[in-house]
Amino acid sequence: MAQSNSTAVLNPENATNDLVALPKPPPTHIRAARSLIKQRYPLIALFILILVIVLAIFGPTIAPKDPNRQDLFARLLPPLTPDRTGVVNFPLGTDSLGRDVLSRLIYGASISLAVGVIAVSIGGTVGTLLGLIAGYFGGAIDDLIMRIADVQLAFPFILLAIMVLVVLGQGVFNLVLILGVGQWVVYARVARGQVISQREKDYVEALRAIGARDARIMFIGILPNILAPLIVIASFNVAGVILSEASLSFLGLGVPPHVPTWGSMLAESRDQLLGGKWWLAVFPGLAIMMTTLSLNIMGDWLRDFLDPRLRGNF
Amino acid sequence: MFNYITRRVLLAFLVIIGVTLLTFISIYMAGDPAVLYVSERAGPEEVEEARRRLGLDRPLPEQYLSFLASLARGDLGNSMANRVPALGLVLERLPATLELTFGALIISNLIAIPIGLISAIKRGTRTDGTIMLVAMLGQSMPGFWLGIMLILFFSVTLRWFPVSGHVPVLLPILQGEFETAATNFPRALHHMVLPVITLSVFTIARNARLVRSALLEVLGQEYVTTARAKGLSERRVIITHALRNALIPIVTIVALEFGFLLSGVIVTESVFAWPGVGRLVYTAIGQRDIPVVQAAVVFFALVFVTLNLVVDILYAYLDPRIRLN
Repeated sequence: MAQSNSTAVLNPENATNDLVALPKPPPTHIRAARSLIKQRYPLIALFILILVIVLAIFGPTIAPKDPNRQDLFARLLPPLTPDRTGVVNFPLGTDSLGRDVLSRLIYGASISLAVGVIAVSIGGTVGTLLGLIAGYFGGAIDDLIMRIADVQLAFPFILLAIMVLVVLGQGVFNLVLILGVGQWVVYARVARGQVISQREKDYVEALRAIGARDARIMFIGILPNILAPLIVIASFNVAGVILSEASLSFLGLGVPPHVPTWGSMLAESRDQLLGGKWWLAVFPGLAIMMTTLSLNIMGDWLRDFLDPRLRGNF
Repeated sequence: MFNYITRRVLLAFLVIIGVTLLTFISIYMAGDPAVLYVSERAGPEEVEEARRRLGLDRPLPEQYLSFLASLARGDLGNSMANRVPALGLVLERLPATLELTFGALIISNLIAIPIGLISAIKRGTRTDGTIMLVAMLGQSMPGFWLGIMLILFFSVTLRWFPVSGHVPVLLPILQGEFETAATNFPRALHHMVLPVITLSVFTIARNARLVRSALLEVLGQEYVTTARAKGLSERRVIITHALRNALIPIVTIVALEFGFLLSGVIVTESVFAWPGVGRLVYTAIGQRDIPVVQAAVVFFALVFVTLNLVVDILYAYLDPRIRLN
């Protein structure tokens, strides 16, 4: 892992310990694979996530139909309905405009996942950067950044997102931006705390002694050593953002109506509930749940694998 | 203690400034407010006239101050859809929302605390594993989807509960009509079951996990070992010694929870056509009735911040470790 490498290089005491006492542990990816195989749930979760990612990337090639093609003669068909020749054209049924639910579901994977990953990347990068600065420099800049974080944390963010999106209007760009902005605080807080615990360590002193600049100490020295908890948060965070996107889409504030997402499919299913058109609600909901559940299970596993001491912290 | 309170009040104040500033800015992000105010066919003179009348020609900081002043008077602008005060609309719908939120708050804690307790006591067993997996499932579901599933199964298929609708209880109580409230109560409960479940599932799941980890942490403390060494029964050790301390962090969460429930209420109310603030916001979103959305958000924000402040101070009073930190 990154931590043992950088301390080993910079801290002679550790370096000798590594050489003398213990047999060399297997590389990280081997240990990760072993741990995954030993526990069932994380492995299943990983499998589901890979499936979703493949669907998201290759959706247009895999999807049997155009997700927006309407077939007014095949409206609201239940799943597995055969046509006159006995062929099942729509395995998961069709919606009120005769669009193929399966194809919309596959296309929806890319939007939901992209929104989650991009928003978390924005929030994670900004938050980590601000947390690094706050923790490293301390003083007035630390106060300023952390007070802004307190202010944002003292308010349910989804409400602000609703207000801003109502005003700005819907669109993928606005959605991703606002969801991203909503995430920075948690990264900033964790990064800051970690930086403070690393700041006084010998390897930082050593970097200072050889005349490294602040930026180098922060990004090359400290950052690799504080990444573990941030990666764990990001994994839970993608799940959270996917759920937020679904909620906002359900409220009519997500992506524009013709773009298929899991949230907007659920929103449309609301009108067909009383008619008992269950497949319109069941499949997109299951897709969201399987994805977020897998992300949460992976987050749990990552946390235990990277640093068991973090257990109970998030 | 005094320092602590001062710091907390100051933070609450900053939050309010932040939220109002954002609301104020968002009025401008929507486009020229003067243009939005006049009718679509209005000429440039009419727009200028409206701009002057609304005070939109004054410098921005001055406008912000007067925005704050009218906010202090409870004036959050008029609904664009029907030209009545936006805040009035919010307050009108508030009792129905409070019924739902309080219901969810009570149910979620009644369920989450025992579940978390069992899970912690049976740590590492199959029971614990199952509870935690179900809890994680609860946290991985969009709340409104659960609502839709409940409607499909319990209302449409089994016909046990109404699909939507609301029977008021809190409103008659507030108006002093206790008899109406009493006669409405059974029917009100019947209507509340599915929305309350929908709203509280995420909270139940999260709190159960929190109670479990808080309790496990406390169970490792020395005073628990001491209590056991004194020969107390395990039940006493857990209930009077461990659980009490484990519940401290949960208390703060309850206040935060309220804010979370308020935001969850928007989707839940739209699924069940529950005539509360959430549904008002949902309808307003559809009509792009910005003042109503803003009024609801600002109102929720103020309630949330005040509640947080009160709980934090109460909490510091109860637990000296907090204020010294």
